[in-house]
Parts: sequence; structure tokens; C-alpha cells
Amino acid sequence: MAEFKLPKNSTYKKGKVWASDSDITRVKRFNIYRWNEDDGENPRIDTYEIDLDKCGPMVLDALIKIKNEIDPTLTFRRSCREGVCGSCAMNIGGKNTLACTIDMASYKGDVNIFPLPHMDVVKDLVPDLTNFYAQYASIKPWMQTQTPAPSGTERLQSPEDRLKIDGLYECVLCACCSASCPSYWWNSDKYLGPAVLLQAYRWLVDTRDENTGERLDNLEDSFRLYRCHTIMNCANACPKGLNPAKAIAEIKKMMVARQG
Amino acid sequence: MSLRSPLGKVRGLGSAKNGTHHWWMQKVSAVALVPLTIWFVSSIVQMTRADYEVVINWMNSPIVAVLMLLFVTTGIYHLKLGLQVIIEDYIHSEGSKVFLQMLVTFSCVAVGTTAGFSILKIAL
Repeated sequence: MAEFKLPKNSTYKKGKVWASDSDITRVKRFNIYRWNEDDGENPRIDTYEIDLDKCGPMVLDALIKIKNEIDPTLTFRRSCREGVCGSCAMNIGGKNTLACTIDMASYKGDVNIFPLPHMDVVKDLVPDLTNFYAQYASIKPWMQTQTPAPSGTERLQSPEDRLKIDGLYECVLCACCSASCPSYWWNSDKYLGPAVLLQAYRWLVDTRDENTGERLDNLEDSFRLYRCHTIMNCANACPKGLNPAKAIAEIKKMMVARQG
Repeated sequence: MSLRSPLGKVRGLGSAKNGTHHWWMQKVSAVALVPLTIWFVSSIVQMTRADYEVVINWMNSPIVAVLMLLFVTTGIYHLKLGLQVIIEDYIHSEGSKVFLQMLVTFSCVAVGTTAGFSILKIAL
């Protein structure tokens, strides 16, 4: 049965409050999910008060400030700080997004930060993406061809054909969409999820790729592809403004098209 | 504990090589149900407070009987396809999954057959 309640050892309690100095005029409170495997405790929500006059505008700026100046034990992933690497995906204010590209001023009151939902947690805001990456590998995200490589030149693609992968190649695999999808929550062992299916479609429409049929064969499955029930949370969550639901619908249309 | 690789788990038993037919049939039956449901609901609304004789006379018409049979079979087929997906979504233990899928199939066939028989009994 799908789980609708947190298991006992995952319910969280109130944690420590790291209060700011009382002479600060512009304060923002960050309530952040904390858990680590080593202390055997349930997760807790720590509250950090940040001086907005001494902090950058993005949520990631606040997280880095907390780690550098208040509590070095806070653990999260980040790298590029400009929405290109997809590392800092987390649930902020109830929505999966990238901490680096979201303005903290867009949240009225406290900012609540949790790891991506319905994924195993490694520590604090770091989810275990092992299964997600294995699913990505399973769709063979590289060009597959039968024609030998042309000598001394690239495999060519017309400008019109190149346009077909716009809205697909921009995906940074942050997993915001997959972790927002209820169907992926209940069946991530078998359903590939929006991010991986968008990537699958990216290779299905690449005119240089010659294994379209084999790729479709691999997806022809009531779980791998057809667990998508067009809930559309994925398109709502994507911090890059992409539409995985549309890519999945296009794959389904290709499946029907090849039936004749 | 399992030391199987993450990719090994994901590749699992491989693609089932079906799913499109189920998905397409759900769409086709949904399209068929649009006019059938409009016809059925509007007919029922028109017969609000009608007595038994009026309804039986209405059902006696061959056109009505055929449309009723189409509505019931398409509706139950669509229902069966939908319930099957819900069970696949939420029920993960093998035993209850097989039991519920059979229950759904048997119930739908039983309800459909009973409804079809009833329509024919009135119409013929």
C-alpha cells in the first residue's frame, strides 16, 4: 500500500532556535529540516534568524550564511549558485525549487525548507538520488546510431531539426519535478518519473539518433511510462520553466503512432 | 539486504511491452462515453417523476435499448480500466493486488451482464 503518513521514525519535532542579536531591524526566520543518521534521533526543525542587511537575496545565500556563520553542521548540496547545476533542489515554502534562483523576498513570513519529498534522506537537505540517477542511466542518454560516423565531420542536423530539442535539453536533472509527482512518490521503483521521461523524449526527437524504435520498446510498459496520469505537478515545479508532462504526452503519441 | 546494483534494480524484469493498448482504450472509451452520457443523463432528467409504465415504454424502443447497451458496456469497460490503474498505483503487496484485480474484473463483468440482461428482458 502506498504510504500516506510519515513512518514513526520520520515524524519531525521542533528543534533549536538560533536567535539573532536583538538590535537587528530586518530579520527573516528560516525553519529548516535537520536529520542525520548518526544520532538515532527523529528529524527536527531548527529555526535560524538571519539579518537581511547582511545577506544576499536568494534562499541559497541564507543557507550559505547559516553554514558559514551560525551552524556549520547544516548540510545541503550546492555548486553553481545560478540554476545551471541543479544541486540545490529542495522543498522551499511547500514547493520544490532551486534554492539559488528563488528570491527569499517571495516568501511572506518564515521560510520553511525541507528536502525533496518522498525520497530517502542522506542528511539534512540532502536526498538520496541513487535510484533517480540509475533510472536516468537506464534510458541510455547518449546518441545511438547504426550509420558509421562520417569521416572528418559531425553528424549533421538541420536548424529546424535542432529546434525540436528546445525545451528539453535545458533540463538540469535537479529532480524537482519527479519529487513533486504523486505517481512517482508511490511507484518510483518502476515508474521512471517526469525528469527521466523528459530526457528520454529529448533523445527520441533528436534526428541524429537512429535507435528511436528500441528506445520506445524500452518505454512500452504500463509502469515505466504509463504511470503518468497528467497530474501536471512536474510542469508547475520545474525551476527552468520546462514542461515534462508535455514531453510524456508526446512519447505516448509516438507509441500510438507506431501502432499504425 | 541486497547488493544488486541500482541500475540492475531499475532494469528489473525489463519492459512489459504493453501499456499503450490499455491507455488508448481508456481514451477511446472516454470519447465514446461523451455522447452516450449526454444522451443517458438528458433522457433520465426528462423522465423525472415519470411513472414505471413510461420508463418501460421508453426502454422498449430498439434504439433506446441499443443505446442503453452501448452506454452500459462502454461505461463498465471504462470503469474496469480505471479501477485497474488505481489498484496498480496504490496496492503494492502481490497477494492483495491479484485479489483486488480479480474482484474488479469479476464485479464489472457481473454488473455488466446483469445490466445487459435486464435491458434485453425489457426490450425483447
